Amino acid sequence: MAEKKLIDENGIRTDGRKWNELRPIKMEVGTLKNADGSAYIEFGRNKIVAAVYGPKEVHPKHEVLPDRALIRCRYHMAPFSVEERKNPAPSRREIEISKVIREALEPALIAEDYPRTAIEVYVEVLQSDGGSRVAGITASSLALADAGINMRDLVVGCSAGIVDGQVVLDLNDTEDKEGTGDMPVAFMPNLNQVTLLQVDGIYSRENFQKAFELAMEGGRKVYQIQRQALLDKFFGGMQTESETQEGDE
Amino acid sequence: MSAVKKNYVVETLRKAQMIELLAKGKRLDGRALDEHRQLTIQTGLIQKANGSALVSLGNTQVIAGVKVATGTPFPDTPDKGLLVVNAEVLPLASAYAEAGPPDEDAIELARVVDRGVRESEMVDMEQLCIVEGKTVYSVFVDVNILNVDGNLFDATSYAVVSALRTARMPKYVVEDDKVKATEEIVPVPVSKTPVSVTMAKIGSTLIVDPTNEEEAVMDARITITTDDEGNICAGQKGNPGTFAPSEVLQAADTSIRIGEKVRRIILEATA
Repeated sequence: MAEKKLIDENGIRTDGRKWNELRPIKMEVGTLKNADGSAYIEFGRNKIVAAVYGPKEVHPKHEVLPDRALIRCRYHMAPFSVEERKNPAPSRREIEISKVIREALEPALIAEDYPRTAIEVYVEVLQSDGGSRVAGITASSLALADAGINMRDLVVGCSAGIVDGQVVLDLNDTEDKEGTGDMPVAFMPNLNQVTLLQVDGIYSRENFQKAFELAMEGGRKVYQIQRQALLDKFFGGMQTESETQEGDE
Repeated sequence: MSAVKKNYVVETLRKAQMIELLAKGKRLDGRALDEHRQLTIQTGLIQKANGSALVSLGNTQVIAGVKVATGTPFPDTPDKGLLVVNAEVLPLASAYAEAGPPDEDAIELARVVDRGVRESEMVDMEQLCIVEGKTVYSVFVDVNILNVDGNLFDATSYAVVSALRTARMPKYVVEDDKVKATEEIVPVPVSKTPVSVTMAKIGSTLIVDPTNEEEAVMDARITITTDDEGNICAGQKGNPGTFAPSEVLQAADTSIRIGEKVRRIILEATA
């Protein structure tokens, strides 16, 4: 496993990227008509739809929260989204990811504005390519904004990891499976608060910090695309002042 | 945790009191901010298991048992054994725990502990291969939570690591193309000692090893697991609530520092 080179002598990865380069990203807001809010994201070969229903009545009623909205989240992979057919029943992995996605989005939602209601977030992975949870979070956050839910900030996700002993940004499928570490991070870019962090693999203290900071740096680039997707939906592609400034850098 | 009763009014009042105390660097039970509760580890209590460990962390009590069987390897890792970590919060562990299949909290708990063991390469998975692509050892580590008083993550992690470090299994050999168990008993091949350190964030303070009471009012939780060389091998942020980037790095440093102390206790108990 370790013999296979994932980064060549010129520092180029299996899909032609440099260590600090993101895969191509596309986002679109409001792609599903029935949902209160929705978004579609392509992140490399990841193809993910996210939909939001709510605020709506809570069923079963004993789950009602008197002071805020109940947030529910379901991350699910389509059986055809991976190499070998995945059993459509929720796996332990999907149950854990559903939980951490919910906990990554919740800090951004002003749930106190919707007491006694439920807000449901559905993430469906149509094709998976490594980093699907962070791409799912980026799309869910857009879907929540599209649904008009009051939010403190958007939430954006990006991962970094270790491949051939090197810290690299945004692992693809092969790098995720054959590399030695993956670190998905989600955060609120304007408040600079981390809302999701998972670590696996072996990191020296130095590499841990390097990967963590690289994931956040990548996330800030994803945020520009995420923000533009919202502007495209609601303002027909208008550019704001802060963005033109950032473009001049 | 589902095994913890949430009471909005009590929590809100208690949180204010706790934040006030934490600002002075104090906790309700008098511990330092980075201090674990008393940790005791007993191994080998279950003779019928290949390995076992009963861990008490303050009033939190968990028992882990290792069972070794043979199985078929995954097609993408034909030369590696299988390792399965499972955790269950028993209904006898808390007035608020319910019987039934593991819920999302128990699944997260088992997966985070599993990640620490797997990523640190504690168990030599290649040594667990008997016939490549056909027969391998399957190591099952099942954890039963006996009493819930916060920080199930660390208690479970210490129990799993201690049980694995003391586990022994029959040696299998291949005879006439058949896999047979022999009389010879060998240790489960382990080397590294991953140690998790879980911290709760209350207000703007990080505290190590939160109790039930502290977990009820915490904003967020972070678990960082380190290996013998001080490398970070697993991590998980939990609960709604956020960390500033500097707090994440602070948690990593605390885990490396405190993990070293805990590792000594585990090594001593499993020597």
